[in-house]
Amino acid sequence: MSSSKKLVLTFPHLKVDKPIVYHLTKDFDLAFNILKARITPEDEGEMVLEISGSDENLKKGLEFMKAEGVIVEPLKKEVRWIEDKCTQCGACITICPTGAMKIDRPSMKISFEKEKCIACELCVKPCPPRAFEVRL
Amino acid sequence: MPKQLRSYDEINEKIKKGLAVVVNAEEFIDLADKEGVESAAKKVDVVTTGTFGPMCSSGAFLNVGHTKPRIKISKAWFNGVNAYAGLAAVDLYLGATELPEDDPENKVFPGDFKYGGGHVIHDLVAGKDVKFEAAAYGTDCYPRKKLSTLINLKDMNEAFLFNPRNAYQNYNVAVNLSDKTIYTYLGVLKPHLANANYCSAGQLSPLLKDPIYRTIGIGTRIFLGGGTGYVAWNGTQYNPGTPRTEKGAPKRPSGTLSVLGDLKEMDPKWLAGVSFLGYGVSLCVGIGVPIPILDEDAAKWASLKDSELFAPVVDYSDAYPNVKPDVIGEVSYADLKTGKIKVNGKDVETASLSSYPKAVEISNILKERIKSGKFLLTDPVKDLPGPDSGIKFRLLNERPFKNGGK
Repeated sequence: MSSSKKLVLTFPHLKVDKPIVYHLTKDFDLAFNILKARITPEDEGEMVLEISGSDENLKKGLEFMKAEGVIVEPLKKEVRWIEDKCTQCGACITICPTGAMKIDRPSMKISFEKEKCIACELCVKPCPPRAFEVRL
Repeated sequence: MPKQLRSYDEINEKIKKGLAVVVNAEEFIDLADKEGVESAAKKVDVVTTGTFGPMCSSGAFLNVGHTKPRIKISKAWFNGVNAYAGLAAVDLYLGATELPEDDPENKVFPGDFKYGGGHVIHDLVAGKDVKFEAAAYGTDCYPRKKLSTLINLKDMNEAFLFNPRNAYQNYNVAVNLSDKTIYTYLGVLKPHLANANYCSAGQLSPLLKDPIYRTIGIGTRIFLGGGTGYVAWNGTQYNPGTPRTEKGAPKRPSGTLSVLGDLKEMDPKWLAGVSFLGYGVSLCVGIGVPIPILDEDAAKWASLKDSELFAPVVDYSDAYPNVKPDVIGEVSYADLKTGKIKVNGKDVETASLSSYPKAVEISNILKERIKSGKFLLTDPVKDLPGPDSGIKFRLLNERPFKNGGK
């Protein structure tokens, strides 16, 4: 069985210079997609990662990261689309980087594909009726 | 002049009997495509249009009622948002783009602009209690100096929406040629032509279906904010003399409408406060206008479709703010609606600020109102100035004065 997980990795400041993500691929055959990264030398780093691979390897990879001192948490933050507040304009379509906000053509109706949302929050403020909410 | 097919009176007689043939502009386009304009004109009495988008230059006149003892208000705030009080004792005008007195605006750029006049109008129409505060200097006949109370729309004497400029006939497609993100009233524009934002319902937009103002005039009864409204005058910045297509559709922002209607009859769904990051607040207004198919010309115009309607692409990092006439290109609404246009040889993703699905919904609500006999059409009491009227959009001619103007 293989699956994928969205994770928030917090790197203690000493770990920043170690190629941890590289080892996930090299040693555990895990595919990764960096959704968000903020890594500054000599500072704590944060990375939002989607990793996929066999369940067995995912488990081993997580154990490896924890052993290296990386704090691993599931991505809990969620952006919610409040359909009642949405004016169906479409301003979010070119802002959403993952295609979670979708527009049907030619009806031009807007919909939200929750599974594709990475909670980057880029849509929150540019939305004129402010129809997105961030939930932690 | 083509042969008249029907008069306003004849259409209204049919509406009263429930016999009028009413379709929305999308349906009329399909019919004209299938059967030809001549046949469509014979079959259809009225075509309904619709638009729902941010429309600055909107606001409401509110008479809040006299207090005991009386107050002649000189400053007023609804939920902290300033309203204009320089009219009479308790007559106020609340503008859609007004911000709360303590709003941080763009001090930390780009400002958030969470709440303002448009949102207050929405809250009032939604039936919410709003905080109302007022101050005055006091006179013999109006002694009171301070006021602080909750207020509800239903308790006001008169409340009418009176928007100086709505329903723009066509609008710019905004892009950003600079190397940094810009924050505009047409949304967030990414650098190096990374996105293009437009704002019109295109083939459903009222003034694009009556491009030379044959039937939309002063006194025209319309759908406004969910209730009934009227065209009060031409809108401000009215500019009918712009370049036009062979069929008469303007290729630039052109005509506008000033509209009014009873706020108490309106629906919060069709008056939504909106926030533009780094720019300010506004009000999304829902407007629908019926077009009587008086003759074949009216049908020809009402059947104009997205592929025949063109908007100018304008750079909002330089040309727009600095009032340069440069237009980067012209694109059709059909192109805009595909989600991608070509600008300077580059594929650019498009997004709309005007809601097409809501425009369809408005045109359908208006259609049902007319079909049910509740909404009769009006022959304008005065025409709007036409493309040859010579009326032009002017810039301010600044004439600095010396010595304090003496």
